[in-house]
Amino acid sequence: MFENLSTRLQDIFNRLSGKGRLSEADVDAALREVRLALLEADVNFRVVKDLIARVRERAVGAEVMKSLTPAQMVIKIVHEELIATLGEPRKLNLSGTPPHVIMLAGLQGSGKTTTAAKLALKLRQSGQRPLLVAADTRRPAAITQLEVLGRQLDIPVHSEGDKVPPPRICANAVDRARKGAYSVVILDTGGRLHIDDEMMRELEDIVRRVSPSEVLLVADAMTGQDAVRVAEEFNRRVPLTGLILTKVDGDARGGAALSIRAVTSVPIMYLGVGEKTDALEPFQPERLASRILGMGDVLTLIERAEAAFDQEQARKMEQKLRTATFDLEDFLEQMQQLKKMGPLHQLLEMMPGFSGIKSQLPEDLTEKQMKRVEAIIRSMTPEERRDPRIINGSRKRRIARGSGATVSEVNQLLNQFRQMQQLMKQMSAGRGIGGFFGRFGL
Amino acid sequence: MIFQRTNRLQDSLTRTRQSFFGRIAGLFSGGDITEETWEALEALLIAADVGVATTIELVDALREQVAREHIRHADEAQDLLKQQMVALLQAKTRRYLEGDGRPLSVVLVVGVNGSGKTTSIAKLARYHQSRGDKVLLAAGDTFRAAAIDQLAVWAKRLGVELVAHQQGSDPGAVLYDAIDAAQARGANVLIADTAGRLHTKHNLMQELKKIHHVAARRLPGAPHETILVLDATTGQNGLAQARTFSEAVPVTGLFLAKLDGTAKGGIVFAVARELGIPILFVGTGEHAEDIAEFDAVQFVDGLFR
Repeated sequence: MFENLSTRLQDIFNRLSGKGRLSEADVDAALREVRLALLEADVNFRVVKDLIARVRERAVGAEVMKSLTPAQMVIKIVHEELIATLGEPRKLNLSGTPPHVIMLAGLQGSGKTTTAAKLALKLRQSGQRPLLVAADTRRPAAITQLEVLGRQLDIPVHSEGDKVPPPRICANAVDRARKGAYSVVILDTGGRLHIDDEMMRELEDIVRRVSPSEVLLVADAMTGQDAVRVAEEFNRRVPLTGLILTKVDGDARGGAALSIRAVTSVPIMYLGVGEKTDALEPFQPERLASRILGMGDVLTLIERAEAAFDQEQARKMEQKLRTATFDLEDFLEQMQQLKKMGPLHQLLEMMPGFSGIKSQLPEDLTEKQMKRVEAIIRSMTPEERRDPRIINGSRKRRIARGSGATVSEVNQLLNQFRQMQQLMKQMSAGRGIGGFFGRFGL
Repeated sequence: MIFQRTNRLQDSLTRTRQSFFGRIAGLFSGGDITEETWEALEALLIAADVGVATTIELVDALREQVAREHIRHADEAQDLLKQQMVALLQAKTRRYLEGDGRPLSVVLVVGVNGSGKTTSIAKLARYHQSRGDKVLLAAGDTFRAAAIDQLAVWAKRLGVELVAHQQGSDPGAVLYDAIDAAQARGANVLIADTAGRLHTKHNLMQELKKIHHVAARRLPGAPHETILVLDATTGQNGLAQARTFSEAVPVTGLFLAKLDGTAKGGIVFAVARELGIPILFVGTGEHAEDIAEFDAVQFVDGLFR
């Protein structure tokens, strides 16, 4: 019933691109659809209204007429306005005398504890000495949860059980950090409702006692229209310095981030993209805007590919690409890596141009293609994989029989591989995974 | 009585009502229906997370009826809308664990991360206790750090037994053992936790299928309820959650959690409309007692009062 936002927008823009020039009526018709799409993405209705007004003002008139195609211009304007609304990224403020105190706050279940661990890991990787603080004394086993995570990461956790009031725990932790030469203190506070006065007062108390340099709101990417009110209320009680959007690895489009940013001006800082402790990405406005627009996000794709690659293997691969000794064996390995990144149709969604055709393809078609390529390579001898030039007619027939493919499919694969090798010779470094698999129609 | 907590539900609905739905009520109090009435109504429903498609359907149906029956007063239109919304929620109403007389009922609780599964399980356990059931809990979230401990704390508070394995162990095996234990100890309700999972994670949804299958194999007919816990603050993604979870396992009902905030939980209309999944319970706080059986009339009435 509800298509996702990118499909919706793609539909709209496909409709638009059929026309030569964009009239005011066209813009209005398009923007009505954009409005619906944004609402379905949980962007707050007030924010949608503002955004639409800004786009309309820019889209109707000369600017549009000067552009290459009207549809492209509308895409550009909507995209630009989304980026502008999402705002500039900001780094954590770690200036001044350590220890720097970072407080995490948010509703129950928004992901504070997991985020605290992720943030601690990230900070340690950048050379900080983090101390985690278990200040959620209400939720059963929240303290244990943070302790377990701390043990996994080998990052110390300050806890005083669930009987000591959280503001005191936090103050003690900062003392301990000072004495123990910790550079960053991360406070994992309990989840609370923004309208729970007593609990909000507790947060104010913590802020008074430890004056954090960062107060970050942790918000679930799946939050609906209420996100705005939650953020406004937290911001009123304990002025927020940043926002971390969690569970972005789901299929929620991130409308909540747009709304919160638009209404409170609090900058978005990180995105939580998985349950593992390293799944925290810096926020990049273009990417989030692109994701919302359905224009794809090849950068994220490449980054994920890099993350999925074993470092050692990546180095070897790069070396091979440089010297153009990359063979079918390596290709097979690379395909395994690609599989680790998730179902292919999800990856396609992030690639420009693919989100539109994705729905027209049977869901497993590309998986099938990939399996086919894999089967063909697996039917080759190691010698053939290392040096495909030796594959003659009879070898091709054998490979085709072994993999259940036709000889022409084997030929096709070999041709594509040759072209790719040529391309690699021209490339100085091995960074072109997108185009690389693109050659195989994947 | 523990479950005379409807005032809590009323409290939370009061908050809701003072805001958007309250304004809807304002729109309808007296006067004739104008074009503005409809537009404002649409905006208000959308602001309550009811969703564009459901809102349009509700409003269009109302407009039609209003025209057909020559209704002029906004008040009357309001009553009709309430009836429609109640009807939408009641379309598939069914009693929780209907068909008594089973020696053991298995209730599987599923949902995305942070939706409130564990707390909702504690509430369900309390609910069953108050009805005189002997409850056993199964710590099926073997993935998240300290999830087992969290349920163990609840079990202790409630005075119910818990079957748990190590963190990282197979959740299907936990459920299998728990059914054994429930039968051996004469428990008549087994409530099983599962790890929070985003519905987009294919492997985890497969795992859920397997857990469901294990239960069915160990005890024919089990799980007798598969309850999806939905966070009331969730927006349109709630529909995707409900849809994908019910594709993996037959979801038999919703537990609408965290209704004590300012969120309206309007997505349940879309879930009911598209998927016909009944809402069985609402959760309205952090205590085990903060649970109420879902009552569509009361829910909708409360929103409009």
